[in-house]
Amino acid sequence: MDVIYSINGPVVTVKNTKSFAMLEMVYVGNMRLIGEVIMLSDDCTTIQVYEDTAGLSVGEPVTGSGGPLCAVLGPGIISNIFDGIERPLKALNEKSGAFLDRGVSCDNLDTQRLWDVTMLIKQGDTVYAGQIFATTPENEGIIHKSMIPPSISGTVIHAQDSGSYNITDVLAVVRDKNGKEYDISLSQKWPIKYARPSGQRLSACQPLITGQRVIDTLFPIAKGGAAAVPGSFGTGKTMVQHQIAKWSDADIIVYIGCGERGNEMTQVLEEFSQLRDPKTGRALTERTVMIANTSNMPVAAREASIYTGVTLAEYYRDMGYNVAIMADSTSRWAEALREISGRLEEMPAEEGFPSYLPSRLSQFYERAGYVKTLSGENGSVTIIGAVSPQGGDFSEPVTQNTKRFIRCFWALDRELAYSRHYPAINWITSYTEYFDELKDWYNANVCLDFEKTRGRIISILLEENRLMEIVKLIGEDVLPEDQKLIIITAKMIRQGFLQQNAMHEIDTYVPLEKQFKMMKLILDIYDRAVLLVKQGIPLSRINQTGIFDTVMRVKFEIRNDQLSMFESLTSELISKLDSLEESYR
Amino acid sequence: MRIQYLGIKEINGPLIVIDGVKDAHFDEMADIVLENGEVRHGRIIRIDGQRAVIQVFEGTNDMSLSGSRTSFTGKPMQIDLSEEILGRVFDGAGRPIDGLGPVYAEKKADINGAAINPVARKYPNDFICTGISSIDMLMTLIRGQKLPIFSGSGIPHDKLAVQIATGAGLKGGKQNDFAIVFAAMGVKNDVADFFRREFKASNSGSDIVMFLNLANDPIIERIVTPRCALTAAEYLAFEKNKQVLVIMTDISAYAEALRELSASKGEIPARKGFPGYLYSDFASLYERAGMIKGKDGSVTLIPILTMPNDDITHPIPDLTGYITEGQIVLDRTLSQNGIYPPVSVLPSLSRLMKDGIGKGFTREDHAALSDQLFAAYAKVADARSLASVIGEEELSDTDKAYIEFGRKFEEKFINQPSGEHRTIEQTLDLGWQLLTLLPRTELSRVSDQLITKYLPEKVME
Repeated sequence: MDVIYSINGPVVTVKNTKSFAMLEMVYVGNMRLIGEVIMLSDDCTTIQVYEDTAGLSVGEPVTGSGGPLCAVLGPGIISNIFDGIERPLKALNEKSGAFLDRGVSCDNLDTQRLWDVTMLIKQGDTVYAGQIFATTPENEGIIHKSMIPPSISGTVIHAQDSGSYNITDVLAVVRDKNGKEYDISLSQKWPIKYARPSGQRLSACQPLITGQRVIDTLFPIAKGGAAAVPGSFGTGKTMVQHQIAKWSDADIIVYIGCGERGNEMTQVLEEFSQLRDPKTGRALTERTVMIANTSNMPVAAREASIYTGVTLAEYYRDMGYNVAIMADSTSRWAEALREISGRLEEMPAEEGFPSYLPSRLSQFYERAGYVKTLSGENGSVTIIGAVSPQGGDFSEPVTQNTKRFIRCFWALDRELAYSRHYPAINWITSYTEYFDELKDWYNANVCLDFEKTRGRIISILLEENRLMEIVKLIGEDVLPEDQKLIIITAKMIRQGFLQQNAMHEIDTYVPLEKQFKMMKLILDIYDRAVLLVKQGIPLSRINQTGIFDTVMRVKFEIRNDQLSMFESLTSELISKLDSLEESYR
Repeated sequence: MRIQYLGIKEINGPLIVIDGVKDAHFDEMADIVLENGEVRHGRIIRIDGQRAVIQVFEGTNDMSLSGSRTSFTGKPMQIDLSEEILGRVFDGAGRPIDGLGPVYAEKKADINGAAINPVARKYPNDFICTGISSIDMLMTLIRGQKLPIFSGSGIPHDKLAVQIATGAGLKGGKQNDFAIVFAAMGVKNDVADFFRREFKASNSGSDIVMFLNLANDPIIERIVTPRCALTAAEYLAFEKNKQVLVIMTDISAYAEALRELSASKGEIPARKGFPGYLYSDFASLYERAGMIKGKDGSVTLIPILTMPNDDITHPIPDLTGYITEGQIVLDRTLSQNGIYPPVSVLPSLSRLMKDGIGKGFTREDHAALSDQLFAAYAKVADARSLASVIGEEELSDTDKAYIEFGRKFEEKFINQPSGEHRTIEQTLDLGWQLLTLLPRTELSRVSDQLITKYLPEKVME
């Protein structure tokens, strides 16, 4: 029997054994705490334990499970809330009360519940890995498509009829070419640290529409893309993630609370059960899976929570869904790596982080993608990771290394947050590399002018940024009128367009068409005002007409279903400028 | 009969190593009897085969390699709990120091506690009226919230903490189910004395539990002090249904103790020498605040920390801010100008505020009004920096109005004599009075409806 030799926080070692494999899941101690083998040598096996190790003693047994740490995949995942190693928190709450206990064993998914299964295969069929063999309505909005596990293919030698089954019932038996037989049920296991296989990767061609203007218009992310949201505390990282989780047009949201506040998870649980999905009209919880490893839960499980989340996402991607992952926050995950690495006395790289930080980050972000699945459908996993740089300093290792593996960077700015400009995404330091691939989509689906309009908005903002450097030194009064107009137009863009109120009934979600019309309105007014200024009409007179204020309030005034009002408003405002021009003739 | 291990293999700072140990448990408590008969306590922090590393709470002074006898209790560190703890004073490790003898334990509890299952949490949304205008209006404290005070040395944060603790009442709540747990970590004797005196004077002494680890007390004890306090708080809240307010001061001293211990363990440091697990360690304290479904009690947490060199990006305030639900930042300039409490409004924040104010909680106009005050005060800063360049005389009328608003806002609204307890209605009305100083066109965040209803006709004097 293998026994514990040493204990140091979440790290436990076993001496002189050859019975474990790398990354094997093990049970540690009399309490059978769940752990994972992270280092092997001929005299010492090192294990990280996913639960608190207090009370463990040298000499207690360690037993292997024979395989790596796996997620159980099957119907019943949606609407559920799991901890970092996919234990259902609701069931744990019923079993052991409000405080989390250790060593509690609990089925990952409900094994009693019966599902209404429609079988798509029959005896004698040939099936391939990843083929959809049965469907089940998981809830009223989502059809769960059960797949042949990726390692199995062959001939069906037995298949059940459609009917009610639980997730462990054997629905089919498949014999592979070597004559080995496999039982197929609604559930399957997959090791969380390995990406699930797919067919070919497709190039990104559709944006993930979030209804947030600064994201959709200025810095869009593609379905299957990866984005990072860095920001110091209080800048609204969590708010951005919540807004995307609420309003984006993904089919399924996986929300990973990794080392964050417990109350935030409670908030998501409560709020999402009341809010309606704008697409389907059903409760948001019916398309959401939550992984909660709050900051005071065991640190090793925090490391696993990210992998568990992305594995669940890939599973639904393989059914042909567009899945978006919110990982809040990847810095806490990196800190978990650092903490374990420190316990292993590894040589640190920057700021104590292990030297393998970049490779682990890349392994995570590379699991995002837009793919043709094994069963021939298109599905995607989009990853949006929050980063919490210490002291708001973006030069720290997690932010810097993350930047290498994402193509969309929404930098949150403390100054903007202090002046209550939300979302506090800084339009100068943020970037997206996806727009070039998406511009055809925008031009075809929103308006032919979209790319051009967006470009003009950006150039006005950049121009303002340049002018502000002068203003800071010598004041705004010395600027010529046309440059003052740039500044006031940029103010319209900032306050009337980029600033968006998540609490406001109309403003919390804005369809792309309205976003475009708002930009167009601002530019139309600007173009007309430029002509007036050229004729020597003072900007202060134009300002007095109040048109700039009207434009800034448009976001609250025109409802998302009254977009035709934009035309009349534009002509009304332009005519005000016309009459001003008249008065100067 | 417990096995006693004779002698010590190695002593390093607060840590000792015992060899030949059998059957020791990780995190278990140890009793160490010195040659002269003195008993010290320690905790196992690492086991390697037969070697156990123990951190000694009382420090390792006068310990020698031979002559001491160590035995293990088989249990993690626990404290004795019963309702008797109300009104008592304990040292940093939970031993009574008020001369009233030991506590009769109804229950013994592990001081490390356990994480609250996120599913079992109740989302906090009950407003606590502290009686302090700036806090109640702009960064409302919510029952079950963790809201730290970011301060600096020399700023009267202790006075503010006492004022919050003694003035905080739940609107309409029963007073007798309110309790305060106070944890002092590495504070000066005078400071501890100040708290003791003030709490006594406020006539609520019987509802207060104090855990005192003073500046010259052993640092290892400092690491368990907040845990003892929070364990007591959890017991009072979730088993005795009390509304518990926990005040912890000073988190910076706690973090430094952690750094000292980490260094003596030879761990690899992260930023500024603090251990890489500082965030997780803070979280294991702060996250114990909250409310639980099906229980009436709550734990509200107000940690106080002094920002080294007033630097908010220092790891201690930085990591705290990432865990807590907002922060109250105190400002040295305001304090120097004689404003009390010197609350720096712009960087302060309460994340839970939005769900605990408004109709049914405070008053319908609260959210809009606080938004308006925030926005207006943010503009004051702009107007002031402009005035410092071109002179106040040259400002536009609107900017002059903002300068005046800013002055009154600080003098009448933020500034508040420490004895004065303002009700939320008084605070809200005062906010409206301030808005009379600004032109109506500037009031873009409050609706016309609210203006008609609440904005006074007369301009504030």
